[in-house]
Amino acid sequence: MTTRLATRFAACAAEGRAALVTFVTAGDPDFATAEAILHALPAAGADVIELGVPFTDPMADGIPIQLAGQRALKAGQTLRKTLAMVRTFRKTDAATPIVLMGYYNPVYVYGVDAFLKDALDAGVDGLIMVDLPPEEDDELCLPALRAGLNFIRLATPTTDDKRLPKVLQNTSGFVYYVSMTGITGGVISSYDAVGEAVARIKAHTALPVAVGFGVKTAADAAAIARGADGVVVGSALVEKVRLSLDGSGKATAGTVAAVTDLVAELARGVRSVNKAA
Amino acid sequence: MTVQPVQNSFRNGPDEAGRFGIFGGRFVAETLMPLILDLEAAYADAKADPAFRTGLDSYLKHYVGRPSPLYFAERLTEHVRGLSAAKGGTGGAKIYFKRDELNHTGAHKVNNVTGQIMLAMRMGKKRIIAETGAGQHGVATATLCARFGLQCVVYMGAVDVERQKPNVFRMKMLGAEVIPVQSGTKTLKDAMNEALRDWVTNVADTFYCIGTAAGPHPYPMMVRDFQSVIGTETKAQMLEMEGRLPDSLIASIGGGSNAIGLFHPFLDDAGVRMWGVEAAGHGVDSGQHAASLTGGKPGVLHGNRTYLLMDGDGQITDAHSISAGLDYPGIGPEHAWLHQMGRIEYISATDSEALDAFQLCSKLEGIIPALEPSHAIAKVLQLAPDLPRDHLMVVNLCGRGDKDIFTVAEHLGGM
Ligand SMILES: Cc1ncc(COP(=O)(O)O)c(C=O)c1O
Repeated sequence: MTTRLATRFAACAAEGRAALVTFVTAGDPDFATAEAILHALPAAGADVIELGVPFTDPMADGIPIQLAGQRALKAGQTLRKTLAMVRTFRKTDAATPIVLMGYYNPVYVYGVDAFLKDALDAGVDGLIMVDLPPEEDDELCLPALRAGLNFIRLATPTTDDKRLPKVLQNTSGFVYYVSMTGITGGVISSYDAVGEAVARIKAHTALPVAVGFGVKTAADAAAIARGADGVVVGSALVEKVRLSLDGSGKATAGTVAAVTDLVAELARGVRSVNKAA
Repeated sequence: MTVQPVQNSFRNGPDEAGRFGIFGGRFVAETLMPLILDLEAAYADAKADPAFRTGLDSYLKHYVGRPSPLYFAERLTEHVRGLSAAKGGTGGAKIYFKRDELNHTGAHKVNNVTGQIMLAMRMGKKRIIAETGAGQHGVATATLCARFGLQCVVYMGAVDVERQKPNVFRMKMLGAEVIPVQSGTKTLKDAMNEALRDWVTNVADTFYCIGTAAGPHPYPMMVRDFQSVIGTETKAQMLEMEGRLPDSLIASIGGGSNAIGLFHPFLDDAGVRMWGVEAAGHGVDSGQHAASLTGGKPGVLHGNRTYLLMDGDGQITDAHSISAGLDYPGIGPEHAWLHQMGRIEYISATDSEALDAFQLCSKLEGIIPALEPSHAIAKVLQLAPDLPRDHLMVVNLCGRGDKDIFTVAEHLGGM
């Protein structure tokens, strides 16, 4: 079966460009606004959506995504509501892949089997679980692959050539290369180093390679798009949410547009790089 | 010939994947995975090198002040015998204190830190990071870093910085940088998150010195090994003083390092009963407590699967304890397993029980205990009167109370 992720990455490649992968936190700043943002993303230029599952202890995230998670939890977001959000999205969009990104505990507590069933049913395409390295594949990765979900693995600057095959072994959908040793929202110090790392990974796998952590502007996105098959933007988008809120932290009339305006700009950055051979 | 592990032993864990039964494991971001594999290999290498042990033992003796005494708490024993008599009984166990509060820096934390710092130096790491709750682990880490000229950064929840001021000052005097953590609930769990964030960022030169028997493998095993000096000494001392093993052991539990350190060498001695005492805060039923085994469920946090305080969505809930060192919503994975196996009994003591025990121990024994072991002493007062007089009970007096006097004074309405 060709998955939505494979189809979408192939379509972008056919257009001679990288895919724009946008991360927003489910339920940030509240359920209704987050749902409106989700629905508006594809038209604004998002090719793939990463939907962050809020967790109280996001140990690989910097302040912007920490705060987004706290806003969502405060507004009452749960994993169940996140799945409901995806289900509604699928009623009007059958093509845009959605990947849930988060930490294992909410899934573990939900129950792995029940979660996989409900996630598939809702129209989720893949999972990125920050705290499940290959050493813990039995927990969720292998059951997810058996159930027909993609399991997207993070490769990092500390993943050396010896370890890379292990990281790639049960990865599907795409490979997420983390551009730096650090947390989300950091600063990329060398595009050349990122480019070399992407080339190194591509030598080991036929899967698309997307790069994330530290991409904030259209110029960043363009620089990454030259070598990578996908560009992931997260912290910069949730920061737009935060800056659009009123004094009491509530969404305003400008919240959705604050996000989609940046997405449109990033999409122009990604599309400015034509890679058609 | 390789030595076969004893069958049916409680002391064989963890397995190669770092599991104690279903608990433990390595739930970390990929960036950290190569680092914890390195650490595991470096620790195995150090453990097999007699020179490492000799070096460590020498610092434990001359710098930390080990062995710590095993002390017959005569007046506390008289007190529990009085409690028994008041109920018409003739019991009252004979109580011993394992005096780890006499260690340099005032708690058991330094046993583990000395081991980890010697390992860090062996690995060529120059920058040490740590999380701390009560500040005892932070002080111990700052101390060893000062001694060996290493850079030291300590993460401490902003709430804990407020309630453990003397220790913040001590760390600064020792040359450490103390970073107040403003994220989440601003306590120990957030300090641990922040330390992990630092570690993912500074992978090349940094060693993460974890302060309790929790976190991703190999930490729970390694911290246990370094703390087991407590139980190993206790065994030898009790044999010398009483000619036999103790009948029971009792220790307070935050993450579980002082408890596992005392218990582990005795796990296969079937006649030795063990109690781990969690912090019940305002009472386990109040929802404001830190008793992860008594009031929590299995989940995954900070690199390991263990019992956690959380809501139905898997969100970690706030722990509460008067003692900053016990104020953690999890527990080391080996305890979670020993709980499941029924080898150790886990009970809990409230804030007010601990405060009473704190005062009683000070007045009867001339020893001001930390609030953490005060939780264990509180349970001794309940358990010991119903045990026979020839029952030998060892309490891990794992820290002194100097750091807590302001907190206690505040709760007693200022003195
Ligand atoms: C004196 C003392 N006892 C106990 C603890 C709790 O930790 P653990 O359960 O790892 O011994 C602490 C932690 O700060 C402490 O300072």
